[in-house]
Amino acid sequence: MNLPNPEAEFRAFLAENRFMIQRSRSSGRHVFYPRIAEPGTGARDLEWVEASGAGTVHSFTVVTQRGDAPDYNIALVDLAEGPRLMTRLVGPGADTPDIGQAVRAEIETPDGGDPVLVFRLVGAGEAGQ
Amino acid sequence: MTEARFPRGRAAMVGWATHGMGEAPGQSSMDLAAGAGLLALDSAGLTLADVDALYVALPDDMLSGLSLAEYYGIHPKITGNNRTGGSAFLSHAIEAALALDAGLCDVALITYGSNTRTNKRRYPAPPGESPYETAYRPNLPSSYALAARRHMHEFGTTREQLAEVAVSARKWANLNPDAYKRGDLSIDDVISAPMVASPLTVRDCCLVTDGAAAVVMTRGDRARDLRDTPAYLLGGAAATTHRYIAAMPDLTVTAAAQSGPRAFAHAGLAPSDVDVLQLYDAFTINVILFLEDLGFCPKGEGGRFIEGGAIAPGGTLPVNTNGGGLSCVHPGMYGLFTMVEACRQIAGEAGDRQLADVNVALSHGNGGVLSSQATLLLGSAATL
Repeated sequence: MNLPNPEAEFRAFLAENRFMIQRSRSSGRHVFYPRIAEPGTGARDLEWVEASGAGTVHSFTVVTQRGDAPDYNIALVDLAEGPRLMTRLVGPGADTPDIGQAVRAEIETPDGGDPVLVFRLVGAGEAGQ
Repeated sequence: MTEARFPRGRAAMVGWATHGMGEAPGQSSMDLAAGAGLLALDSAGLTLADVDALYVALPDDMLSGLSLAEYYGIHPKITGNNRTGGSAFLSHAIEAALALDAGLCDVALITYGSNTRTNKRRYPAPPGESPYETAYRPNLPSSYALAARRHMHEFGTTREQLAEVAVSARKWANLNPDAYKRGDLSIDDVISAPMVASPLTVRDCCLVTDGAAAVVMTRGDRARDLRDTPAYLLGGAAATTHRYIAAMPDLTVTAAAQSGPRAFAHAGLAPSDVDVLQLYDAFTINVILFLEDLGFCPKGEGGRFIEGGAIAPGGTLPVNTNGGGLSCVHPGMYGLFTMVEACRQIAGEAGDRQLADVNVALSHGNGGVLSSQATLLLGSAATL
């Protein structure tokens, strides 16, 4: 039986430097994280589509570690396609973003590690935020 | 949809206990849970031989329902091991009430214990298991911090208001000899404490203690034979919205906005009828979210609502009279402690922190990362 393997497929795309998300053929709704059916409807008609990589910061935090280990940020990003995901912000201003600020996806591959989806701030905060 | 038929007041808490509060070196989580259960049975004048429904969820044992039945040497008709995180025990009470009312069991014991503080092994952290999130190293505080930051952004909730939740809890703890953290705590102390996950400092985070709690339930008609002051279960409801924080539909609205109104409908009560609240305060933001979602103030007003000592001793709405998870006890999962404190306030057994004329107490549990919410309304005999 050839069952879909959403996580393995997502990671294989990442390894090819592609950020892919799923979309339901019937509803047109985008889905992240990858799964075998659309949440809410159970529609088993998800297909892979290229994510635009555009998003905005929904919320963020900077985690303090004990001892000398460096602080690190965690952000929630709303993708332009709709889904929200957890990520890390990289580059200038990564630890001090504005909520609503525009970000763009990048794929970071640490030495000897697996590729990770991260986001970089692309501009100042949105007006009115 | 069929109208819910909750067995209002037809089941009651007749025994309760806390045990091993703070530090209980050498005790396993199972020892603590078993000990609390026996104390709760003692307080109801019942024994293990009476127990035919057992509800438990221990942090380090996936099959803890089976393990506790074996430890006790009993063969329960019902073994409940619901694991929705810290809210599980309130769902246990709802399920026990239905089973008692249906005659499926006669005495239900709900118990929990954990040696989170003195145990040398670290328990696996509940979040961080999502394969899509582990690379970002989320922990419990960071998930709640994301919700707190969003609440501040949308509603202007301030750092000082979050701090006042912790200050109010400490003032209650100072009236409770069982509370782990006592002593003065100011808003400045909270804000200037070491940062854990911005904007939350260590004083915005619950304690990590040992401790155990248990409750015994019977049918309401039998309750008065066992105890002068039972706490009747008037209504209860639960709801789940997500598992990981990225999937929370709205970071500023919890499933308490669903569980609360349903629990009130079951009980035929409104927020204005509630004399005291015991809310699962894993982090300071929780109290603000739950006061809003349970209908005690409008959405977004929680921070302003708690200002000026409103939920502290002497305030307009007493919240977390034991000192809460922030200052009294938090052994991994705190839900059962909200139930025990609600029972104690109804029974008039809360010592220096006892409120006058408590007839309705609200107990609210939270599980995961604001993921699962469960609300109970407990009442004195006067509410039947």
